Amino acid sequence: MNKILLIIRREFITRVRKPSFLIMTILGPLLIAGTMVGLVYLGMQESDEHLVLVVDEPHVVTGKLRDTDKVRFFYAYDDLSDSAFKASPYTLMVNVNEAILETNTIQLFYKDLPSLNVQRTVQSELERTLEREKLRVNQVDPDTYARIKTALNVQLFDIDKAGEESYEQVLAAVGFGFGYIMFFFVFLYAVQVMRGVLEEKSNRIVEVLISSVKPFQLMMGKIIGIALVGLAQFTIWIALTATLMTAGTALLMKDRLDPREVLAEQQMTGELQAELMKEAGAQAPDRNKVMEVVSRLNIPFVLGMFVFYFLAGYLLYSSLFAAVGSAVDSETDTQQFMFPVTLPMIVAIFIAQMAITNPGSPLVFWGSIIPFTSPVVMMVRVAMGSVLETPWQLVLSMALLVGTFVFTTWLAGRIYRTGILMYGKKVSWREMGRWLFYKG
Amino acid sequence: MLTCEHIVKRYGAHTALDDVSLTVPAGGIFGLLGPNGAGKTSLIRIITRITAPDSGQVLLEGRPMTAADVALIGYLPEERGLYKKMKVGEQALYLAQLKGLPKAEARKRLKAWFERWEMTAWWNKKVEELSKGMAQKVQFVSTVLHAPKLLILDEPFSGFDPINAELVRQEILRLRSEGTTVMLSTHNMGSVEELCDHIALIDRSRKVLDGRVRDIRRQFATRTYRIEHTGNKVAFANALSFTGELLEHTEGEEYNTARVRLAHDSTVNVVLRQLLPAVEVHGVQEEIPRMHDVFIHAVNAHGAVPADMTE
Repeated sequence: MNKILLIIRREFITRVRKPSFLIMTILGPLLIAGTMVGLVYLGMQESDEHLVLVVDEPHVVTGKLRDTDKVRFFYAYDDLSDSAFKASPYTLMVNVNEAILETNTIQLFYKDLPSLNVQRTVQSELERTLEREKLRVNQVDPDTYARIKTALNVQLFDIDKAGEESYEQVLAAVGFGFGYIMFFFVFLYAVQVMRGVLEEKSNRIVEVLISSVKPFQLMMGKIIGIALVGLAQFTIWIALTATLMTAGTALLMKDRLDPREVLAEQQMTGELQAELMKEAGAQAPDRNKVMEVVSRLNIPFVLGMFVFYFLAGYLLYSSLFAAVGSAVDSETDTQQFMFPVTLPMIVAIFIAQMAITNPGSPLVFWGSIIPFTSPVVMMVRVAMGSVLETPWQLVLSMALLVGTFVFTTWLAGRIYRTGILMYGKKVSWREMGRWLFYKG
Repeated sequence: MLTCEHIVKRYGAHTALDDVSLTVPAGGIFGLLGPNGAGKTSLIRIITRITAPDSGQVLLEGRPMTAADVALIGYLPEERGLYKKMKVGEQALYLAQLKGLPKAEARKRLKAWFERWEMTAWWNKKVEELSKGMAQKVQFVSTVLHAPKLLILDEPFSGFDPINAELVRQEILRLRSEGTTVMLSTHNMGSVEELCDHIALIDRSRKVLDGRVRDIRRQFATRTYRIEHTGNKVAFANALSFTGELLEHTEGEEYNTARVRLAHDSTVNVVLRQLLPAVEVHGVQEEIPRMHDVFIHAVNAHGAVPADMTE
């Protein structure tokens, strides 16, 4: 027992001391957060102002489109030839034809594909203007129209939870996020186990070591040591993320207030006001919804389950990866064994994705029970909280997972102790199967 | 010290060790010889408890070996290496602790060894910065640091330059004089003759030969003598008559040398009695085969056995 502690210590310390660990652990979340913020920021940035030429032969929209700081509208009444458009300073050209009020179709020509934002601005301006034109033609009072126009807000309720709006789908998506992270980490660390085993084998230190410790101790020491590295990394990440999120939310809340004030100032006409009211009305529940989802998420339960399924899933897969690492001579030889070992987890990701739209399907049920996929799939059900209604399923899934990793570690141990002493031999599945029955 | 009794080890259809029994006496150097793939490493792995035999048992000082006994063994495998990225001192400490030495004690002993072998400057270096020979020295120190009662060395001299090989050789002899039993597996027959007191020869999974080196060489002696004399070949051959067979006769500047194999019923005294009146004898020496010849002879003879049986 003392020896296994020594091995765990070495595995943990040599990894934690590596510069790459520090970089991954501290810079990782910053990099991810930074990249995401950067992407959002870049997406919001418009490189240039767009000059839109509206060819408005029927004089339907002339003078009615409002410029924004990125999009400015100009009007013409004759079609521009392609070459003339190309030579012009305009970046976009819209053709409004006679039949526009019937066909609801326009053509937008561009030199460089405009961003979605710009497309949306042009589209919404045109829609708004055409709508008003139609109201005029049909002699409908804009105020009446504002009252009639209906945007349906569907609220979901689970009949078993009286009076509570259901957020199952959102929660399922959050669960999928956890499942995906699970998939990522189980592999990240399991592959590290494989690399470590291979390193010991190709360094030829392994025979020196197993003259002092049992192969199984060596394998388990490595697996546990790396698991601790993973847990240490999680802990730091969670702490960092919590800090960043608190700081970030504070900043965001400050930011969020501004655009609404600006919008409020811009309220001009009656129908616009109505529209804005609607928008604001739609926006407010959105933000509340985020809070609502967060509050619905049983965070200690989800995190607890995440750690359990991570550890158990990791033990299951890392032992298999250790067996693969022991059986081959170099990393290039691992491919043929990696695929079958990786496959169940990839399947699990697909099932988890399906669970977002259809959490009640039998596939999701079985996926969350079968040990090879349960770490990923069960996270969806855990995040939804629905699994708590059938605790036996959770217990069964957990028990099966534990039982399976005990079995796979035993299996891997038997392959491992023979594999690490085999050099220069191309190993087949059959060969590995035979190793199971060698006397230790 | 160590006794292997009827060890059998199979890997699938392949039998690596077939009923191998041998005894390693305490306090000497025991040579484990055999061609590549004969089963030496399989046997060593069983003795070091890396693998278990399918049948048979290993006795250490008369009692069956237990898992705790690995601490009494120091093993330097043929396929050996160190963690490349780890520092020398740290790594040596780690290996010593795995052998059960407390950290402080391990550090103290390592310091002493490193000073003796002038390796102190390497302590904080990474193994990848060392030359192969240097790494081998670290490895050797790690193997003997816990003062094992039984030291098993598989090709200990490979990877060393002659100076360091001599250093290791001296160290092996010193350890023996301190009472360590050494088991040496090597293809270098010169070092077997020089170092080993006892040997066992394994070929194709079976033990072919074992015993004291002196006895074995004598056992393989072919009753051939080199006789230096000042006489001519014809006179020598005539005098020899039927007491022996003249294998070779070379004329030298000072003496001529004859290689004589004794006849079946003859002794060296009989031969000399015949020769003395005819030629002047200056020296007589029995040809005792080198271990190299014993090895080749024994392996070839063993290989011939199945062929004989088919007749």
